[in-house]
Amino acid sequence: MKKCKRKELESCLQQVDGFEDPKLLLEQYPTRPHIAACMLYTIHNTFDDIENKIVADLGCGCGVLSIGSAMLGAGLCIGFDVDADALEVFNRNAEEFELTNIDMHIQKKADDWKVKMEVLAELRYDLPASYKFHKKKSVSIEGMLICMRWTSK
Amino acid sequence: MKLLTHNMLTSHVRPGGGFPLRIQATEVKVNNLDFNQEFTARMVPKVEWGALVEAAESLGHRSDLPSEPIPDYEKNEEFLRKVHHVLMEVEVMEGVLKCPDTGREFPITKGIPNMLLSEEET
Repeated sequence: MKKCKRKELESCLQQVDGFEDPKLLLEQYPTRPHIAACMLYTIHNTFDDIENKIVADLGCGCGVLSIGSAMLGAGLCIGFDVDADALEVFNRNAEEFELTNIDMHIQKKADDWKVKMEVLAELRYDLPASYKFHKKKSVSIEGMLICMRWTSK
Repeated sequence: MKLLTHNMLTSHVRPGGGFPLRIQATEVKVNNLDFNQEFTARMVPKVEWGALVEAAESLGHRSDLPSEPIPDYEKNEEFLRKVHHVLMEVEVMEGVLKCPDTGREFPITKGIPNMLLSEEET
């Protein structure tokens, strides 16, 4: 698997297609390539949690973070989402990028996970206008990069 | 759905059961995927070996996988290549996953298993 630099990753992620028809009920917003690349780089460089690992992308949508993880050398990246339409776009994205270390699932989050959460960083998330009722061209909202670890097996 | 993913899936119809899901495949694809020895070796102790062998067997892709991991598997490239093939390259594209406890069926469409339960089931 060829690995790439952050800038390179960011520009690759710009090729990832987003939601065709975002669903308000599911609060579907795209993760912008810049944020995706920064998050993945922190996870990769500071925590070494991507290369040769199994990566779960919970609420993967069209798969920008899964595709980034796969490009950074994840052993296998599994995307989970409740929306089959988003996974359809994800599938096309994975094919276009010719990534094979990716798998996906329609599933809800299990509520009995025993995980410990830690906030790593606060992010300013830039959201472009994507629904008809959005008046501004883009807004930036507060987000967080959270680290979850298993507390028991 | 790759068999590595299958190995981690359980049905949530009833807590504490639902593993391993039986695969009834109508379409199976075999992809070529770069062999990653380090990753494959790391997966050997993590997978439910019996469930993996059973799943591979049921698809006709057991590929001579032994019923237990061999000793010193980390160094054995030949063995790890077989494991890699079964875990990563064999992919179920169409079919169903059947819960061994309740018989509930989860459809696999275009390689994507749908594990969602209806409101009444949760």
